[in-house]
Amino acid sequence: MWYTAVAAGSFRRYATYRIATAAGVFTNTVFGFVIAYTYLALWAERPHLGGYDRAQALTFVWTAQALLAASALLFGGGLDELQTRIRSGDIAVDLYRPADLQLWWLAADLGRAGFQLIGRGVAPMAVGALFFPLDLPADPATWLLFLLSVALGVVVSFALRYLVSLASFWLLDGAGLALIAGLACMFFSGMVLPLRAFPGSLGEVAQLLPWAAILQVPTDVLIGARSGASLLRGLAFQAAWGVALLALGRLVQAAATRKVVVQGG
Amino acid sequence: MTAGQLIEVDGLEKVFSVRRKAGRLRRVRHEVRAVDGITFQVPRGEMVGYIGPNGAGKSTTIKMLTGILVPSGGRLRIAGIDPARERTRLARRIGVVFGQRTTLWWDLPLKDSYELVRRMYRVPDAVYRTNLDRCTELLDLGPLLDVPVRQLSLGQRMRGDIAAALLHDPEVLYLDEPTIGLDVVSKAKVRSFLREVNAERGTTVLLTTHDLTDIEQLCRRVMVIDHGRLVYDGSLDGLRAAGEGERTLVVDLERELPPIQDVPGARVVKVEGPRQWLAFPAAQSAAPLVTAVAERYPLVDLSLREPEIEGVIARLYRPSAALGSPPTLSADPP
Repeated sequence: MWYTAVAAGSFRRYATYRIATAAGVFTNTVFGFVIAYTYLALWAERPHLGGYDRAQALTFVWTAQALLAASALLFGGGLDELQTRIRSGDIAVDLYRPADLQLWWLAADLGRAGFQLIGRGVAPMAVGALFFPLDLPADPATWLLFLLSVALGVVVSFALRYLVSLASFWLLDGAGLALIAGLACMFFSGMVLPLRAFPGSLGEVAQLLPWAAILQVPTDVLIGARSGASLLRGLAFQAAWGVALLALGRLVQAAATRKVVVQGG
Repeated sequence: MTAGQLIEVDGLEKVFSVRRKAGRLRRVRHEVRAVDGITFQVPRGEMVGYIGPNGAGKSTTIKMLTGILVPSGGRLRIAGIDPARERTRLARRIGVVFGQRTTLWWDLPLKDSYELVRRMYRVPDAVYRTNLDRCTELLDLGPLLDVPVRQLSLGQRMRGDIAAALLHDPEVLYLDEPTIGLDVVSKAKVRSFLREVNAERGTTVLLTTHDLTDIEQLCRRVMVIDHGRLVYDGSLDGLRAAGEGERTLVVDLERELPPIQDVPGARVVKVEGPRQWLAFPAAQSAAPLVTAVAERYPLVDLSLREPEIEGVIARLYRPSAALGSPPTLSADPP
């Protein structure tokens, strides 16, 4: 599969910008502290909120910061580049290649996520573990399952962002939609508050939406809130959303490339 | 159709439906015929210039030829492939270069992009080596291979893009304004390379440009498109002659007569019943012509038409014409 070359190239692209990476790590770490203290206050008031103890809640915070860039929790994540290419007409260049547009961008996104998991994930998590009592697994198998779950989450995140980006074929300016999509992801992925801590049926519904596959499920795997059958169900849930959204993306892509004018001369 | 024609275009059309504001809420749909019935063939190994003013339909044609726009009508085959239906299969056999866009990986060294091309087009190692070496040599890419593309000058990037389009031995190369924004030296380098590639490998080249020197130095055949129609398809010399311009005298005679022959300086280009069209050089006065026709033929009415096609070409030629020189094609700007 030569698409791995796309992923590898994308990894190297992101690796080129070291200062941007460092700035990102700094931001993630600062946010981690702010939210961690907020959670400490919240959990002091409501211990075992959503079934998490204090250490699990803190781990949730730092996992979210570690995955913020890799899983593109605020959207963006390189697919704003796709939007720009559609608007400027540079997408024509992508279409001249003997490549499938969706697979190309999926490969590029996985490469990006791979770099950002290392470049922007490890450091905040380490700082978090240094300053707060985190509940991290000792078992390497759990870490591997966590990474698998993160990878599936990235695919779901990509599939959603790809759909939003394709809308630029019709909207021309997709910035507004991207903003809404970013807010939806921030809220429904569990980044603001774990979905299990949402009250009543809102929490139940939120845990069935695709955004839950991006952060909530991987984090639950890491902190041991999912194991055994529940863990398998979680992974299946992620895979199902990934497949469904990628398939939807293909349909929209076919419609877009069939109908829509490639912008510019 | 004839064998040996690599590009076959027959009655090609592209109609865009555009909605325009017409009042506060009302939108009126109207059609824009970007490409309006174009027919041409390009045999293997030919280098053809495709020119026309901005918005004439050049890029739209190229997008259809590469399969990224679906034609509204007409027939289109590249090496027997219908581009819109088999875009990916066609993509393996063509190369495309845009002067204003790049296929290269912006943040990475030039050679990384070539490596990706090798894997994407499944170029055999030996072929890849040969082609890369040849491109590197002819386009002076040696010192640039390890430089990130964003650090290349426009001329360097352009050469890099052209090499990227040729590593997989395409049968057809589409070049959309490959010399735009380049300095004289870079232009010369790109042109001599294209000549070389065409001569060495017999790559068919279709080239759009606003720089007529490109055409003059590369193409024996030129096609001119305006308002979506092919208004000229022929040799460069023919284009020059057309560029000097002809006007048309349309005469209505009393009855149908054989084509007017004995009027000096004019030739009949069309006869339709009692109406005849006489073409004559734009620089010549119409008065003696009218007198001559009136003396010898039963003239009922007449009208004078200014050139349409030639108008386009005259515009393209204006820079050098203004210098008072004969209409040679414009030289590189200083």
